[in-house]
Amino acid sequence: MNASTTLMYDGSFNGFLTAVFVAFDEKISVADIQKNGRCQNGLFSETETIFTHVEKAKRVWNGIRNKSHNAISNVYFAFLSETEGVEMLLFDYIQKLMRTQNGKYLDYSDSTVLHISQLARKVGREKHRMEAFVRFQLTKDNIYFANIEPDFDVLPLISKHFRDRYADQQWLIYDVKRKYGIYYNLDHVEMVSLNLKDIHHNKIHKSDAFVNGEYEYQTLWNDYFKSTGIISRINPKLHTQHVPKRYWKYLSEKKEAV
Amino acid sequence: MDFDRVREKLNILADAAKYDVSCASSGSNRTNKTKGLGNASKMGICHSYTEDGRCISLLKILLTNHCIYDCAYCVTRKSNDIKRAAFKIQEVVDLTINFYRRNYIEGLFLSSGIFKNADYTMERLVAVAKKLREEENFNGYIHLKSIPGASDELMYEAGLYADRLSVNIEVPTISGLKLLAPDKKHEDFTKPMLKVKNEIVRYQAERKIIRSTPKYAPAGQSTQMIVGASGETDKDIMYSATYYYKTYQMKRVYYSGYVPVADDARLPAIGSQVPMLRENRLYQTDWLLRFYGFAVNEILNKDYPNLDMEVDPKLSWALRNLHHFPVDVNTADKRLLARIPGIGMQSVQKIMDARKFRRLNWDHLKKIGVALNRAQYFMVCDSRHWERRDLDAAKIKGMILQTSSGKFRNQYSTQLSLFN
Repeated sequence: MNASTTLMYDGSFNGFLTAVFVAFDEKISVADIQKNGRCQNGLFSETETIFTHVEKAKRVWNGIRNKSHNAISNVYFAFLSETEGVEMLLFDYIQKLMRTQNGKYLDYSDSTVLHISQLARKVGREKHRMEAFVRFQLTKDNIYFANIEPDFDVLPLISKHFRDRYADQQWLIYDVKRKYGIYYNLDHVEMVSLNLKDIHHNKIHKSDAFVNGEYEYQTLWNDYFKSTGIISRINPKLHTQHVPKRYWKYLSEKKEAV
Repeated sequence: MDFDRVREKLNILADAAKYDVSCASSGSNRTNKTKGLGNASKMGICHSYTEDGRCISLLKILLTNHCIYDCAYCVTRKSNDIKRAAFKIQEVVDLTINFYRRNYIEGLFLSSGIFKNADYTMERLVAVAKKLREEENFNGYIHLKSIPGASDELMYEAGLYADRLSVNIEVPTISGLKLLAPDKKHEDFTKPMLKVKNEIVRYQAERKIIRSTPKYAPAGQSTQMIVGASGETDKDIMYSATYYYKTYQMKRVYYSGYVPVADDARLPAIGSQVPMLRENRLYQTDWLLRFYGFAVNEILNKDYPNLDMEVDPKLSWALRNLHHFPVDVNTADKRLLARIPGIGMQSVQKIMDARKFRRLNWDHLKKIGVALNRAQYFMVCDSRHWERRDLDAAKIKGMILQTSSGKFRNQYSTQLSLFN
């Protein structure tokens, strides 16, 4: 009998792709793919640790992309959702994709395909939200700084958008939940981790890390936010549907509401 | 920057601009090539939402709320006793740039009351856009209002800097316009629209030959109509919207439920309810026309001049045309699929993709996201269960209303409520 194997990878996307490569290459019957550190052994399966190998990962990436551009973005987006057990779903998805002839695998009546596309859509929505809800504050050393706390790990997805848009200013977006950020130094974007003592919510009390004019612009923006609403059409339910409350603490226009 | 003064002006001039519902920042493909500031996002981004649930994507302000006209429906009309203010050009530029750098907005939406005359006002609007583009190297979104009656030369220049131009037609019928805005002529509205449309067509033709042709209003034109101010029917509104879509190649027509702002015998009284449900039904119709392949006379015609407030326009069309149904989702073509109530365009696409692999049943459709409570009466699929009873339209409508709930239900329900 073929014993099935649990593959353990380092938690990175490249690590996951390497695991997929190894599974295909060695024809392993995979019981599960798990992150290092939070693994749970099966009773009847062996465990194998996968060492991330960029070349192997790249081959899997290209293999999927050659099948369908839509699929590769689905795989990457769904992976970033950090959902429990998404690795096995993705593995199943990739297996099914590779089995097809023409590559356009869009069988929405298959539960894996539908689930992956729904996960990818969720992450895509969060990415779009973050492109909207980042609020930069200008620090004294001339860096536009923002805290975020997204549901999914979307920083790698939004960096291009911000790099293209704010090409002439230094900016830093910091993910408070995952404790890393992306910093643009007028030339390229790099990953940074900070030793952040206090998180800069848009609190009423002001921090002296920011330039003097910063709070004036926040006030102007808050005023604008207020005066652009039409009171006779007020609709709080719709409002919170569009701007869910969990994002409010980082939005300067909602600072009084928090 | 004189903070207090700018703050006061912003409050006055943002307040006056809020009745313009257009806030789209989509449709432009301006890119940041020179390492300058900003680019346009093709799909648009809503950076925040007002408490009435409308999107805030642009800094929407008037340059001034001084106005020489006296249109009954407008807050800034000459005879209204309100605080007046005007921005300097540099103040608007500074506000836009600083808001944009903090990722508050996608760009600027600049409108204005009309001071002196149309050309004088339009010239100022163009000056702001020009300064943003040429001095600040700003590539974000700019939406300029075309001032009714502005000259062709100015409209041409405006399109070179702006992404979108719009003239608000405001009153959908010419007779209504005479009644509510006696100083304005219908031609004043259409002349700038026509000029911009012709230029867009010309530039598009030129781009086919010379790829480096500069952009001209890449996000097209839009307009807005007030709903419920002058007693027009839904048919009047939608027919006139269709006219603007066809004749001037509008990207969007917006429908704005009239918010009472004046005590005037010609208009609904202050305090009367904003027709939000009607507005919603009009937008649904607009979508059916633009994306679902409906023709306007199928939905609204002599016999049905107004939309059904209880059910959405597609369902209401289906109930009047039961002879087209039931449709088999496994074989029907795209056009027909899109006409089944409860199936949106996204579901249509998913169904088209999925049915290549296997015949779909209720379970699949439910997972795909079809609203079966409506769709079940109008379709058959790979299942022995389907609606076999010979139901008439009234019965189906009753059953759908019973099994669903709607946020506007209390506004048109004739059922008295037991508990208030």
